[in-house]
Amino acid sequence: MTYYNFLLEPISCHAWNKDRTQIAICPNNHEVHIYKKEGGGKWSKIHELKEHNGQVTGIDWAPESNRIVTCGTDRNAYVWILKGNVWRPTLVLLRINRAARCVKWSPKENKFAVGSGSRLISICYFEQENDWWVCKHIKKPIRSTVLSLDWHPNNVLLAAGSCDFKCRIFSAYIKEVEEKPSPTPWGSKMPFGELMFESSGTDGWVHSICFSGSGGRVAWVSHDSTVAVATGSKNTVISSLSSETLPLLAVTFITENSLVAAGHDCYPMLYLYDEGKGTITFGGKLDIPKQSAQRGMTARERFQNLDKKASSETEKANLESVHKNSISQISIMEGDKSKCSKFCTTGMDGGMTIWDVKTLASSMKDLKII
Amino acid sequence: MSKNVSSDRFRKVDVDEYDENKFVDEEEGGENQQGPDEGEVDSLIRQLCTGNVMGALQAVLKNPPMNTKNQALKDRAEGLVLKVLSSFKSGDIEKAVQSLDKNGVDLLMKYIYKGFEQPTENSSTVLLQWHEKALSAGGVGSIVRVLTARRTV
Repeated sequence: MTYYNFLLEPISCHAWNKDRTQIAICPNNHEVHIYKKEGGGKWSKIHELKEHNGQVTGIDWAPESNRIVTCGTDRNAYVWILKGNVWRPTLVLLRINRAARCVKWSPKENKFAVGSGSRLISICYFEQENDWWVCKHIKKPIRSTVLSLDWHPNNVLLAAGSCDFKCRIFSAYIKEVEEKPSPTPWGSKMPFGELMFESSGTDGWVHSICFSGSGGRVAWVSHDSTVAVATGSKNTVISSLSSETLPLLAVTFITENSLVAAGHDCYPMLYLYDEGKGTITFGGKLDIPKQSAQRGMTARERFQNLDKKASSETEKANLESVHKNSISQISIMEGDKSKCSKFCTTGMDGGMTIWDVKTLASSMKDLKII
Repeated sequence: MSKNVSSDRFRKVDVDEYDENKFVDEEEGGENQQGPDEGEVDSLIRQLCTGNVMGALQAVLKNPPMNTKNQALKDRAEGLVLKVLSSFKSGDIEKAVQSLDKNGVDLLMKYIYKGFEQPTENSSTVLLQWHEKALSAGGVGSIVRVLTARRTV
């Protein structure tokens, strides 16, 4: 597990390139910085992408076509293409009147989806005749800001988590760029904008949402400290777990049955989903805290504690996790959602940590990743 | 300094009421919700001398009036819960909390915070003792669920 501190401000969002040698991050301002991995655990900044007029809220890097899409609070999205040694932006008209919140390339990279505060999702694709990115809107029945998006492997279904407390799966089928999709566990008729699934039962804004590797399951975390998984079928069953921690902000599948989620508690956690029983169980805390030397307390300190905090025990004043502030995003570095061997977290402490699943599994005896 | 003599009544207008995109919760029929049955709880409280506080707790946490808009019903339920919580001995609180399941602990937290909103003579002390035990059972997650709940007791 390696930790690198990029900046003092929060990292708003990040994205990796195909071979994981470069990372694009937004240092909590209007720009996107691309860092390249040098030897010895060092990172050097090689590009600065300055085009947005508002904070960049989402970055996604398409691995095959090597294009970056960014979206920001200035209600715009830009597609960046590397020409020579410079990244050149192309404006995409999203036709939204509120900030864009999240953006994701589809698996085939011929379209991308942008979630915004205008209570709609813009599906953008490239129109060859006009040499221009155009977009179509999915509006109904979203009633509040769309906070998170994830594409199904079939390139058509899109899961969206929003501030109206619901997780939904829509069809984003664009007939200009693709063939009709074959039936999936979520339904067979998929015209554009069709609502395939809507969740119920959890309160709280849906911060993050993720399809499993096969696309048959979708997991989401919401602000009422719950994790939920739904398996697509004729009668979709939603299983949820109310956790005892602070709300989670990011979730991803690392195998078909295991989820890693992280949030305001500053460490990632493992959750195990059992489809047969329809339950989610807490698998363990995925953080190896440094063993700090135990200092004995002087009598003076004891009295001070008793006076200030009404307790005479040694209080942990420092956070023992690797990240010193909330983790806002998790991305898969090696492997894919059905079998991940490394994942990366970035947070509000400006740091990025790369976690190795095998090392975690071996160092935590009770950890079982099924 | 100049004084603003023109009318500022417009500042007191609630603009959210006129917003056509305003979010309204889905109506879920809560007319049949009765809240904990008063008769049942009363009889259990009478048995408190024989020490059946646990039974009283289970009974009063059944049927929370969550879906209804009837404020009187909610107040009555809160009053009943407070009565039962106050009749516990400090030492028994921990055992009682352990006997509840996850949803029970969340529900108890909701009632505790409701009770904090309208403090009476002794209620805060009692509620704080219950809060400490419920917190160790439910963690901060249960408090987050009190804060984010759309339908409250």
